[in-house]
Amino acid sequence: MILAKLAYKSLLNRRASVLLTLFTIAISVMLLLSIERVRIDAKSSFSNTISGTDLIVGARTGDIQLLLSSVFRIGHTNNGVSWKSYQYITSQRGVKWSIPISLGDSHKGQAVLGTTLDYFSHYRFAKKQNLTFNKGHPFAAINEVVLGSEVANKLGYKLNDSIVISHGMGNTSFHHHDDNPFKVVGILNPTGTPVDKTLHIPLAAIDLIHGGKASLEHEHEHEHEHEHEHEHEHEHEHEHEHEHEHDEHNNLVGHPKQITAFLMGFNSPLYTLQIRRNINQYKPEALLGIMPTVTLKELWEMLAIVEKILLLFSAVVVLVSLLGMLTTLLANLSQRRRELAILRSVGARPWHLFTLISIESLLTTLLGCLVGSALYYLVIFSASGYLQSHAGISVNITMLSYYELGLIGVIMAAGFVIGLIPATRAYFYSLSDGMSIKA
Amino acid sequence: MINLKNVTFKWHKSDSSPTLNIKELVIEKGEHIFLHGPSGSGKSTLLAILAGINTATSGEVSILDQNLTTLSNTTRDVFRADHIGYIFQNFNLLPYLTPIENITLGCEFSKSRKQKILKKSSNKNSALQKEAIRLLNALGLTAQYHHKDVATLSIGQQQRVAAARAFIGSPELIIADEPTSALDTNNRESFIKLLFEQAKLSNSTLVFVSHDETLKPLFNRSIDLINLQEQV
Repeated sequence: MILAKLAYKSLLNRRASVLLTLFTIAISVMLLLSIERVRIDAKSSFSNTISGTDLIVGARTGDIQLLLSSVFRIGHTNNGVSWKSYQYITSQRGVKWSIPISLGDSHKGQAVLGTTLDYFSHYRFAKKQNLTFNKGHPFAAINEVVLGSEVANKLGYKLNDSIVISHGMGNTSFHHHDDNPFKVVGILNPTGTPVDKTLHIPLAAIDLIHGGKASLEHEHEHEHEHEHEHEHEHEHEHEHEHEHEHDEHNNLVGHPKQITAFLMGFNSPLYTLQIRRNINQYKPEALLGIMPTVTLKELWEMLAIVEKILLLFSAVVVLVSLLGMLTTLLANLSQRRRELAILRSVGARPWHLFTLISIESLLTTLLGCLVGSALYYLVIFSASGYLQSHAGISVNITMLSYYELGLIGVIMAAGFVIGLIPATRAYFYSLSDGMSIKA
Repeated sequence: MINLKNVTFKWHKSDSSPTLNIKELVIEKGEHIFLHGPSGSGKSTLLAILAGINTATSGEVSILDQNLTTLSNTTRDVFRADHIGYIFQNFNLLPYLTPIENITLGCEFSKSRKQKILKKSSNKNSALQKEAIRLLNALGLTAQYHHKDVATLSIGQQQRVAAARAFIGSPELIIADEPTSALDTNNRESFIKLLFEQAKLSNSTLVFVSHDETLKPLFNRSIDLINLQEQV
């Protein structure tokens, strides 16, 4: 086909300006695809933070606040759940597993989470994936710690390192306990969730940090310790009954008075609603049970405006680049008036010119989309590590999805439609142009 | 071949006197006509009417027994591409194509001219290229230039390419619009002789336009546009 050949040769002849147009389109395709990928993966990373957990229970507060503090380590609840309530609720029929968590401490700005061994066997994220160990194993003694992958990376900790955990949030704490070093016994694989930024220690060790039985410093007593003094004694009785059977386990759990929250899984979804109702009406203590999947969705809907802004942003990027292409095409067209006139004078009819210009803009958009897709892979390939570690967004490098192919299709179509504008102008270039051009 | 009767042409309807006013012009098949006249005598206008770029305001223009004034724009486009080879004053070559590609372009947009070449040839794939090479050789452009960029060729060489493009596919009418204005006298004469040879070979009628009357003796007939025009 002579027109395709002419289009190709003509594009090659104007390669500088064509390359520029092509690059504009490529960059906009790359931006659109990247923004969309981050948007979608942010959403899925977000809802992947926790999975397989039917209920999260904490002191009564807002649904979202409880989710943020217990799962995302954002903000902190002032109240907790008494150990007695925890034991009572988790002994109900239908409870498959439970994970107590105790938050509020930090190590060099990273959250410290006190929990039990159940955490490593029952906590799930993404598509019901278990936590896996990159190195080492779960803690087995009270002074052992398991690190999230990012903690280990960022702070450069290795197995068998000794670290000191302080009381309270924040980098500089007045309550340093150099006499309570923890030994790193395990490092988890990356999850793309706040688990990566967490140090996991036995629940009993939280007491230790707070000056519990292992420490004799009494100035670390807390207000809530006074409040729950009567419960304290009750727990002691309870604990002692078990100590004989599970000696080691009890060493790790210790004698907590209070935990921040706990996660539960049930044998059947039917129990979820029933137990949740019971929890919300629990008399001895004001508690709140939330279903994480529901609350995650609510939270994401609150953030939907950000999502929409991102989408708008990428749409504008594409629009601007297409307008850029239109400008270049039209500017080129006046420069190419002579070239088109020559074609006209050697027998090309108006529709030939129309087709020629259309083929050219289609070719430019097509190449732009191809280069843009390549750039996009380059970008997500090089940025995925950063996004994972800094934004907690796990970006998957996969083939272009139907959605992404659809986006490229839309850009191609838009490029083609925009190319029709100069093509129509070329159509009306008169023949006398070609016959009497001044050299 | 060419038959003009009572042709007038006005650029605008409101013009008081026509740019062109020709009572009769007859050119026979195979003639080599030298059409001359000073600048502003209406040469370009007459050529535009012969090529069907502009339509006469009144009168009858027929080429190959086809009345151009009654044809639609599209049919005239096709008619021109099929039957008229045009050598432009400034050659109108596409700078990003090689001489060969520029020449074959002349018949890419005309089925009948392409057909004429294909009919004579056994190898359908390279027939156009072969014909282009034959024409270039006949017009004196040696093979070393055949695949160079047109932009790197000299004026004289470009002119040969332009002429070859007009001749390819043997159109019935060749119109040459001052193609020699950039050449010196010796080159002009030899170039015109080459044009004659090709015109004879392809059985084409040649209308050669120039204001340079020294070329007149080379042609078997010349027409002075000043005499042709009816004084109003």
